[in-house]
Amino acid sequence: MIETITQPWPWYTAGIIIGLIVPALLILGNKHFGISANLRHACAACLPSNIPFFSYDWKKEIWNFFFVGGILVGGIISTLYLGSDEPVIVHPELAKELANYGITDFSGMVPAELFSFENLLTVRGLLIMIVGGFFVGFGARYAGGCTSGHAIMGLSDLQWPSLVATICFMIGGFIMANFILPFILNL
Amino acid sequence: MENKQTEHVNPVDFEVRSLDTMCVNESEMVHPWWYNFKYAAVGVIFGIVFIKAEIISWFRIQEMFRLQSFHMYGVIGTAVVVGAISVFIIKKFKIKTIHGEDITFTDKKFNKGQIIGGLIFGLGWAMTGACPGPLFAQVGSGALVILVVILSATAGTWVYGKFRDKLPH
Repeated sequence: MIETITQPWPWYTAGIIIGLIVPALLILGNKHFGISANLRHACAACLPSNIPFFSYDWKKEIWNFFFVGGILVGGIISTLYLGSDEPVIVHPELAKELANYGITDFSGMVPAELFSFENLLTVRGLLIMIVGGFFVGFGARYAGGCTSGHAIMGLSDLQWPSLVATICFMIGGFIMANFILPFILNL
Repeated sequence: MENKQTEHVNPVDFEVRSLDTMCVNESEMVHPWWYNFKYAAVGVIFGIVFIKAEIISWFRIQEMFRLQSFHMYGVIGTAVVVGAISVFIIKKFKIKTIHGEDITFTDKKFNKGQIIGGLIFGLGWAMTGACPGPLFAQVGSGALVILVVILSATAGTWVYGKFRDKLPH
């Protein structure tokens, strides 16, 4: 049993549990699964600056802060107690490509050669962490949701605008990963 | 936790929120704040799945966008199927919350933001290798530098809010 838990979980286990988060939040209190909204609530709470988009009663959404807080704690628990020390198995093609950019450490969830405080001072680290993060926040809000709100909650509720958003997420990702990221990683 | 913010509540409050956030809750019930720990519990499970199924792995996201692995497609596809069946059942049998309230759904309106914003989000997703949920789990896994990414994403959200009126929708 413990062995089963510490192994990496297959996609269907993960998919079923994530899918069940949708009804869990609905049944616990009519809450709609959506994580990027937290960034907006954070803006509304800390720096509303009289911007209408951030002028609302963010305290009504406080449940979502608890939810992401839970995700963070889940990450800690999982890493400390349920982990296997084996590195992530990476597709050989990808490993070969990444080796060209000096990325060979597959032990963490994020490549240590890219994501570190020192790398914030390099062009490539700055682009990937700061610009990438900015795109995630800006794009998610512009699109009205992220992978959880659109791709999972929206599609579960058969909302076609969410399908449009999800397709655009994928197109943007394909363009970046295949055509732009190689240049950035070479910097 | 006193209501200093109430002066910000404007008449369009509900509209502004429902337009752009998935998280509209107009519950009339007032619960003690610690009731929110039930959502934290769901979050903990979510965080564990994120790590154990390597969904928050930068490498898995790169493989997904290079069509080198089925893993992420399997995860998201299964989640949508399970979610859709659940929503169908909730609607069909008019299931209520554990507090006896109605479960409500708001239809999303299409606007150009879903295309333009979606593309921008996709670019960022492939760079950081994480969408907003996984970012929090990555911090939990010990990658503290990801806090900077979250901060930057929050800045992106703020800038969007600031220039929202000038952007095509």
